[in-house]
Amino acid sequence: MIKFDKFQLSNGLRVIVHQDTSTPIACINILYDVGARDENPEQTGFAHLFEHLMFGGSINIDSYDEPLQLVGGENNAFTTNDITNYYLTLPVENLETGFWLESDRMLSLAFSDKSLEVQRSVVIEEFKQRYLNQPYGDVWLLLRPMAYKVHSYKWDTIGKEISHIENAKMEDVKNFFKKYYCPNNAIMVVAGNVKVEDVKKMAEKWFGPIPKGPDNKRNLPKEPVQTEERTLTVERNVPVDAIYKAYHMCARRDKAYYATDLISDVLSQGNSSRLHKSLIKDKKLFGDIHAYVMGDFDEGLFVISGKLADGVTMEEADAAIKIEIDKMQTELVTTDELTKVKNKMEASHVFSEVEVLNKATNLAVSELLGSADLINEEVGKYLNVTAEEIKQQAIKIFKKENCSTLYYKSKQ
Amino acid sequence: MEIIDRKLSPAFKTIDTIEMIQASEKFLTNKIPVYAINAGTQDLIKVEFLFSAGMFQQKQPLQAATVNTMLEEGTSKMNASQIADAVDYYGAFLETSVSQDHASIILYTLTKHLRTTLPIVEQVIKEASFPEQELITHLTNKKQKFMVNKQKVANVARKRFTELLFGEKHPYGINVTEDDFNRINIPLLKEFYKTFYTSNNCKVILAGKISDDVYTLLNDHFGGDDWKGNANPTIMVPPTQTTTEHKQLIFKEDALQSAIRIGKLMFNKTHKDYQSLQILNTIYGGYFGSRLMSNIREDKGYTYGIGSGLVSLNNAGYFFISTEVGVDVCANAIHEIYYEMDRLREELVTADELQLVKNYLLGTFLRSVDGPFAMAERFKGIMTYNLGYDYFTRYIATIKAISASELRELANQYFDKTSMVELVVGKK
Repeated sequence: MIKFDKFQLSNGLRVIVHQDTSTPIACINILYDVGARDENPEQTGFAHLFEHLMFGGSINIDSYDEPLQLVGGENNAFTTNDITNYYLTLPVENLETGFWLESDRMLSLAFSDKSLEVQRSVVIEEFKQRYLNQPYGDVWLLLRPMAYKVHSYKWDTIGKEISHIENAKMEDVKNFFKKYYCPNNAIMVVAGNVKVEDVKKMAEKWFGPIPKGPDNKRNLPKEPVQTEERTLTVERNVPVDAIYKAYHMCARRDKAYYATDLISDVLSQGNSSRLHKSLIKDKKLFGDIHAYVMGDFDEGLFVISGKLADGVTMEEADAAIKIEIDKMQTELVTTDELTKVKNKMEASHVFSEVEVLNKATNLAVSELLGSADLINEEVGKYLNVTAEEIKQQAIKIFKKENCSTLYYKSKQ
Repeated sequence: MEIIDRKLSPAFKTIDTIEMIQASEKFLTNKIPVYAINAGTQDLIKVEFLFSAGMFQQKQPLQAATVNTMLEEGTSKMNASQIADAVDYYGAFLETSVSQDHASIILYTLTKHLRTTLPIVEQVIKEASFPEQELITHLTNKKQKFMVNKQKVANVARKRFTELLFGEKHPYGINVTEDDFNRINIPLLKEFYKTFYTSNNCKVILAGKISDDVYTLLNDHFGGDDWKGNANPTIMVPPTQTTTEHKQLIFKEDALQSAIRIGKLMFNKTHKDYQSLQILNTIYGGYFGSRLMSNIREDKGYTYGIGSGLVSLNNAGYFFISTEVGVDVCANAIHEIYYEMDRLREELVTADELQLVKNYLLGTFLRSVDGPFAMAERFKGIMTYNLGYDYFTRYIATIKAISASELRELANQYFDKTSMVELVVGKK
């Protein structure tokens, strides 16, 4: 159980405070409600490039990192298709430095040309390092546009192509900032050995004067129901054939999400899971295989991906996966199996509450999903899932015409 | 509302003392030491069994790692599937891993399930049976991963680099080849297991909420004389042989980026200069604001990331710089790497930079002892070198006291570019 307090400034900034007296470290997590899904199709990769620019100095402070390091702090950030999240940890005595830095870059960036120029190169190198110069690195660049024809999940956070990053202009950067980096589009969580009253004072002092920004009503086109099986075969310079199957599933806030997530656990959580036992150990058809939900906020994807054992054909691999998903659709999971995945879920939840930063990020995400209370309600929702619900979701998801399959073949 | 000057940073405090809970030491009946960090707010526990059974102790590549993984693949009473079922059913996590010097088996569990999960770990550690079918599957899949990793420039560079530093026969340098997968067999595994996975080669580290019951349980399952081994297994280690060809290239035709590794043999954390050198390393390439990052990423945009580090091993140590850069700027990046070394040898670090790094390191230390698991990890870092908690006291004192001229002296002593081994995987 994570206790917290919640208040909102008049400019719309939502603030959540979680007191944890067991740690000398405090953290500030600021989530901006903007991700790659909000990008212009001609300027993809922008939310992520922008995340880099947030470290290039703000209107009153030349450098973001240096003053934070000077007070013993550390920070980082990440961008997903749904959100951009910034977090810092520092000795609790120096918490105000965090307020000073975060509020200044919410007020306005420095918009330095040099920073834009350098970060464009850095992100292009990131593109090469993580997507192009890695075996199987381009999988999501291929799979997303197969699964999504309309919704902006069709591109990856890094962007569709390098040229979109190369072409980013200062004008675009400024517009993006004005639209999304405003207090009413953000959620701040402060956690550690802090008092609500102190946080309130500091929040008012540093964030209160920042003007409210525009209301951004997100109005993304819904992905139409997929009605035909989609496949793509590529050949690459990799040593092993691989298969990726992406099925459309419900949104993160849908009540079917929990049963769907548990399907992935039954199939592939731990060495006792079905895919591991059956396809790796017994039939020896795969070197590794995983099933997982992407966790997207909008209607998302359930993925099964694996590397084929030597001499196994794509047809055999496909057929073997089909046997396992058929089983999910025709038979109820056993009581033991259901208890197991629920126990595992419960334990993971307890372990996730060890680190204060982890709690802060989870609180921010929960608040964006509807309410910070979700963080304490999630386990119950998983525990309530029945075997029948799991079967029903399996029937709904695992249809041929709901699936995009990428056959990733070795050229070697 | 008060008017604030946003150009002015708020007042801050420098960390003065750092409180950490020290590990307590108790012994099981058979003398296995049990170290415990009793802390935390959640009802969970981490139990780590640590054996001197790493790469350093093995006779040939893959021996130590395969034994470690195979522990979970069958015991005299349970097969792999039953072990997995039993652990997963209680929501526990069993982690096995091998490093250069150690093998480790970690159980993470809710405290209420320790009673049911610990007996499984006992089986795994004391009665592993190494079934042949499981071994074949494991080696086949592991070889597949090995083949995939061979495609990654960073991975190739990391492996080849230690080979260049230590020599191809030294246990810290030797690398797995495809053929090694055919040379592993059950007798080799059983021999290693019998020699090293014994009560007199075992240490236990606990972290989390720990009651007296935990010790009773541990003693019931691990405190007997039934798994005693040779007191001191002999290990033959060939001498270290660093390459004499200091600049090497592994050419990759289709590379978009080159992986660069530069460095040299150094020493481990028992050396008197280790802690000071850690501070110098931080300035050079050890944090986001380091000289390497500022110059090569934040000024020139050659890379997504660059860093340097000191690696401490039980019987050696080394220093390395690592990055992946666009092939077109590889030569420039290497030039800048040496330029930054020279700058530390020639110029004094400014007072501002030094103060920043000192404060940052104190903050980093504070973070690194936050929570029971983190404190246990720090403790392991001293215990495995027979160092005491005064190591940390000295570290903090060193951070506070070190001067710019001492750092320049250190740079002159250790950052000599002619002594560095330089490896590029990709294109230059």
